[in-house]
Amino acid sequence: MHNADFTRNVAKALNDAPQRAHLEHVITNFMRGRRGLFNDDEELAALREAANAVKRRVVGRLAEVLERLEASCAANGIQVHWAETGEEASNIVLDITRSVGGKTLVKSKSMVTEEIHLNKTLEANGCEIRETDLGEFIIQLIGQTPFHIIAPALHVTKEQVGAIFAEKIGIDYTEDPDRLQAEARRFLRERFRRADVGVTGVNFAVAETGTICVVENEGNARMCASVPRVHVAVTGLEKIVDRLADLPLMLRMLVGSATGQRISTYFNMVGGPRRPGDQDGPEQVHLVLLDNGRSRMAGDEELRQSLQCLRCGACLNHCPVFKRIGGHAYAATYPGPVGTMVMPQLKGLDEYGYMALASSLCGACGEVCPVMVPIPSIIRRLRVEAHDAHGAVLDHGHDAARMESLAWSLWAKVMTSPGLNAMARKTMAALGGALPAVGPLGAWTSVRVRPKFSSKGLADLLREEDAKEKGSK
Amino acid sequence: MLHFPASAPVANYFGTCLVDMCYPEYGMAGIRLLRREGVEVLCPPRQSCCGQPAYNSGFLDETRTVALHQVKVFADNDAPIVVPSGSCAAMMRYHYPRLFEGRPEHAEVLRFSERVFELTQFLNNVLHPAYKDAGAPIKVAWHSSCHARREMDCIKDSLALLAQLENVTVLPIDNEHECCGFGGTFSVKQPEISAAMVRDKAAAIAKTGAEVFLVGDCGCLMNIAGHLEKERSPMRGLHIAEFLWERIHA
Ligand code: SF4
Repeated sequence: MHNADFTRNVAKALNDAPQRAHLEHVITNFMRGRRGLFNDDEELAALREAANAVKRRVVGRLAEVLERLEASCAANGIQVHWAETGEEASNIVLDITRSVGGKTLVKSKSMVTEEIHLNKTLEANGCEIRETDLGEFIIQLIGQTPFHIIAPALHVTKEQVGAIFAEKIGIDYTEDPDRLQAEARRFLRERFRRADVGVTGVNFAVAETGTICVVENEGNARMCASVPRVHVAVTGLEKIVDRLADLPLMLRMLVGSATGQRISTYFNMVGGPRRPGDQDGPEQVHLVLLDNGRSRMAGDEELRQSLQCLRCGACLNHCPVFKRIGGHAYAATYPGPVGTMVMPQLKGLDEYGYMALASSLCGACGEVCPVMVPIPSIIRRLRVEAHDAHGAVLDHGHDAARMESLAWSLWAKVMTSPGLNAMARKTMAALGGALPAVGPLGAWTSVRVRPKFSSKGLADLLREEDAKEKGSK
Repeated sequence: MLHFPASAPVANYFGTCLVDMCYPEYGMAGIRLLRREGVEVLCPPRQSCCGQPAYNSGFLDETRTVALHQVKVFADNDAPIVVPSGSCAAMMRYHYPRLFEGRPEHAEVLRFSERVFELTQFLNNVLHPAYKDAGAPIKVAWHSSCHARREMDCIKDSLALLAQLENVTVLPIDNEHECCGFGGTFSVKQPEISAAMVRDKAAAIAKTGAEVFLVGDCGCLMNIAGHLEKERSPMRGLHIAEFLWERIHA
């Protein structure tokens, strides 16, 4: 997509008054929830430091940790698959499904399966895959993508859900949330029972023990991981912790930052397939480890910090841009600050470079990130990469921006020669009102008056004041 | 943690480019506040811009050129460098060292950066002024600039100085933590989003019922006050230095 398309999306979102009011409300609640839980600044700072250390240790030696994870998983009977691209990952899931002669799948909410467009691949190959997280279930019915990384149907009101259910699953219209939930549950029960394969994401894969951890509030991930014969967990290769002992801290940081809950309603730890004598559980458990640009990120000391991300969504909830334009305007799997940071890195600056411009670098995201990812610095870095011929990000140097480079080198000239600097001010002061309001000035004056340039600078005023003082002595 | 000098007979003043271009009288107010506490203020005329506009646009070589220029301009003494902007101060204190990491100038830049303070932070922690409010009762709204809040961490100092003024009531703004949408070149590169942000900020300020709003950063001021003026709102904005000076000399 290009900046012009993004601008169009933005305009549409900004004019959507009901959506904006709804977002303001929901996001204020998210913020209040997080603040209610992490209400001691000193303690929060210490927790963030500790969580940052856990993830930094992992992303700093990813190859080693991954090897350990693979060995521990194998020892548990979990089959590990490596996927370099999204397409590969989707095909692995398809192959697993076919290998058991299946074609119906159920899936719990997982952003990484959105990233690889898993549903599309499966459906194109004759499989049926059903989203089972309530929010994701709703948007699947209307063919949309998640609006928010932890609340995919955040933008849909209960009245709309009522209408969607009436039309798509044939129930009588109701806007009573309890009844809507009950209907979804009834509908999905049957799908769980019939499914050949259950797909989940992963919040933490524990390298030490080969344990796959999934955080959720609805119990649908547990169903996906335990009812069908086969459980396939798909994850970006960075979602690892070293030790089992890291979990309490990381779980607290993830859940608290995401929803303000002390702990999620469910926390699933999958330690392998059903063992002889077990009453239930899948016969096979698979773990698909997806690269899709991540090892490139790991190679750069600064960019690597993006891999610490827990996908908690706190940065979305605190972003003044996200709050105004919402998730769909970005036209990206991951929206908001985290998306702005990772999309250009995963998919390249050609396609997603526009995202890096959609930030005032106010720092609100970095301030709340539970693992202290310096999101603003990384966004700034992407702006450097855009015209850097020797960069590290895919499509670096794509926007040689000759005009802008020229402008900044001129600016540097002016700002290092006091004569030019004063002259520029005087010129602007003289011309100010006469300049045509086009380009940057036009953008500025669309909602503001023109800057008023002063004919005298600070040094002039200081000189005058000192002369006056001397005169009066 | 910042290390504050125990006293400051002499201080340098970095007025910022925006003050020089558009708000020199607010820059003067800062100088007067420092002089009032007996500080000899040095204001080298060759100073210009902290470099943040180019930095946030991703033009690091140009930023370094301009940054190094400031480092040299203030290299003839060891006195603190006081800045009437949390954003520019944060740029010079925290981002300069990163810009020169691994470069021969790093040590020199670090020595410079450690001397940088925001104006109200310097007043409140080093000079400890005592202000006597000479003005009539007034309600004001306070807007925190993002970098003053999140990087320089000097909002508490600005508010502490205001709290000394007996007749001044500081009213809270809805969503006070939120950016006003200036963001330097962001305001012209994403004008629609920036416009939506400044509209909301101006509305929140207007809603307080304050007579004026105060800021510690002229970037936010130009943005918010520029919008209010365009909307023909009677609300005006002032830099905190100017406000403090007016109140103690009313
Ligand atoms: S970048 Fe930080 S705040 Fe944003 S989703 Fe990731 S962990 Fe959460």
